[in-house]
Amino acid sequence: MSLVIRNGTLIDESGERAADVRIADGRVVEVGADVAGDDGDDVIDATECVVSPGFVDLHTHLREPGREEAETIETGSRAAALGGFTAVVAMPNTDPTQDSVEVVEFVRRQGERARLCDVRPSGSITIGRSGEQLTPFAELADVGVTLFTDDGNGVQDPQLMRRALEYASGLDVTLAQHCEVEALTAGAVMHEGECCSHLGLPGWPALAEELMVHRDIELVRLTGAPVHLLHLSTARSVELVRAAKADGLAVTAEATPHHISLTDELLASYQALYKVNPPLRTMADVDAVRGGLADGTIDAIATDHAPHTPESKEQPLDAAPPGMVGLETALGVAIASLDMSLSEIVGAMSWRPARIARIDDEHGRPIAAGEPANLTVFDPGHRWEVVPAELASKSHNTPFVGVPLEGRVRSTILRGELVVNDGRALR
Amino acid sequence: MTPTPSGGSASLLSIDELGADGVARIMDLADHMAEVNRRPNPKVPALRGKTVCNVFFEDSTRTRLSFETAAKRLSADTMTFAASQSSLNKGESLRDTIETIGAMGVDAFVVRHGSSGAPWMIDGWTTASVVNAGDGWHAHPTQGLLDAYTVRTALGRAAGFDGVRIGIVGDVKHSRVARSTAAAFAALGADVVFVAPRTLLPPVPSMPTTEDLDGVLDDLDVLYLLRMQRERMTEALVPSLREYTARFGLTPERAARLADHVLVMHPGPMNRGVEIAVDPSELPGAMITKQVANGIAVRMAVLFDILGGGASLEKGAR
Repeated sequence: MSLVIRNGTLIDESGERAADVRIADGRVVEVGADVAGDDGDDVIDATECVVSPGFVDLHTHLREPGREEAETIETGSRAAALGGFTAVVAMPNTDPTQDSVEVVEFVRRQGERARLCDVRPSGSITIGRSGEQLTPFAELADVGVTLFTDDGNGVQDPQLMRRALEYASGLDVTLAQHCEVEALTAGAVMHEGECCSHLGLPGWPALAEELMVHRDIELVRLTGAPVHLLHLSTARSVELVRAAKADGLAVTAEATPHHISLTDELLASYQALYKVNPPLRTMADVDAVRGGLADGTIDAIATDHAPHTPESKEQPLDAAPPGMVGLETALGVAIASLDMSLSEIVGAMSWRPARIARIDDEHGRPIAAGEPANLTVFDPGHRWEVVPAELASKSHNTPFVGVPLEGRVRSTILRGELVVNDGRALR
Repeated sequence: MTPTPSGGSASLLSIDELGADGVARIMDLADHMAEVNRRPNPKVPALRGKTVCNVFFEDSTRTRLSFETAAKRLSADTMTFAASQSSLNKGESLRDTIETIGAMGVDAFVVRHGSSGAPWMIDGWTTASVVNAGDGWHAHPTQGLLDAYTVRTALGRAAGFDGVRIGIVGDVKHSRVARSTAAAFAALGADVVFVAPRTLLPPVPSMPTTEDLDGVLDDLDVLYLLRMQRERMTEALVPSLREYTARFGLTPERAARLADHVLVMHPGPMNRGVEIAVDPSELPGAMITKQVANGIAVRMAVLFDILGGGASLEKGAR
């Protein structure tokens, strides 16, 4: 018995074409016009839909272990599958931190148990993300960790970051940076500019991000080791990365759906739903980040999915934690916000992040016979609005209520198995 | 004379939301309240049966006493909930606190909170009116109104503040008073300038700025001094209080230069020897105690505007 996807438009790195796809035993077995079917086959009619490699999220907070009241690996995986993601990189700011083989293996096992999405735990760069002592990179790489980051915080000490890059060279792993010079952001709640001046809220200056972007670009120049820059949010950051790439440096970058669609003016509502780190910035920054994605300066769209309970978000802005959920709305925001072809958008959500995460042996693959069947079927023209209560994520802190979204996932196929169909999770 | 609230908003959260017409309306009402306050028995039954609850999540003796007095002179019942934010953190959420007190039957919450925006959140959780008595660095609208009322009465400017030049000196960045007072003065047509080093200004100031107090001193009709928090030095915002006083304080030399008509204002409590290095009682234009007295009349006006619902100020008076 197999699964056949009919009448869809295939988009992968090789281009765009109309073809049917037959899947069996976890792999694509046939691609072509009018693929033959058996009576027992499951059939997906993908008329007016795109069939693409499954999306890969470089930046997901699954909260387990430690904050299961906000999200579990199962609920987060379900949200990911509904968003068309077949793989997510789980951020390490759990409790305990993902800085040991035991915790990393626990996260992976929980992902396997849920069987909704390929959960790839990242490791922290420093033990406990405290910025003092290196995590055993090689031990964690041996059990499959390919990306290390102290996300939630940046590595403040330039000497330690230099050593981390030098030590990690040759281990076939990527170090990723949350760019924030904390001395410039103490107590900060929102973007530093006109809005924060008026609202009487402490500002998070663009400079705090840009200084660390600049520092890490120079560390890449010095060490030759690659760095991935997480959630870029400012116009100047985009310029710095553009120049670094022009110099041939091994720098990659991502941007979130909210930084390509929302601005700091939303904070005038004093709703902590709009508090996020880095903060929502100005329209000029939004335009620059969009431009960075369009010209490839920014490689990937990554959600920074950050679930928080209603109680924690129902606090005054200075007390509420930063973060927004984003897995289930990422595609709809991307298509609605970006002046890019569907092929470019899919690339930024699939094969490009798969390479950065070093999981491109299984994800972001061409749709061709013999390839692993990690696929997404989405309707690019579907217009919709998010209803927080309908989100599969355990937390509903989406900032996109009332924002018109375009493009919605219909089906997600993980290792040949249909995990989402007709927009519903099958487990 | 029987003023009735017209177009009164259900809540007073900021000067911006009140608008220029609203500011003028409160000023006119405050005149009537000031008259009430001059009576031998300064009490009217206008808000009899109404309950005003002061919820203060941040310490403030003077603002709380001022609102309490204002409510009592209008015959409202008052309750007070004072909690440090740390005790709130022990369990009950801000929302639960407000909903619990609201269930006791409250017509207006007077809210002081250390977090900018908290009164907006509270306004969303209750059907009672909300009066912002100061939130974070953001707004303190009744202070702005009482400051405007003080200038209006002292300069006889009932028609507006066109041509009045006001310098607000000091830590504008961290000051809800500066934001609301500047907004109230500007709403009435005054020319406002912020006088402060760049470190004590917001990233994008809402008014023209200067670092040169001596350069503008002779042009001012109102010199408004802000309180200088002593901890600002440790944040590298100013090198020392001595240097701050030398550049931005009202020193005896500067006081001697002030023309007699110049009003000197301060929201209190004063740091004597820092922002004000002279005895204010020796300044002809010192308005500091008048501001406190006017605070009662203005807060009566605000509560009446919000809760009066057409009641007469005269009924049963005297």
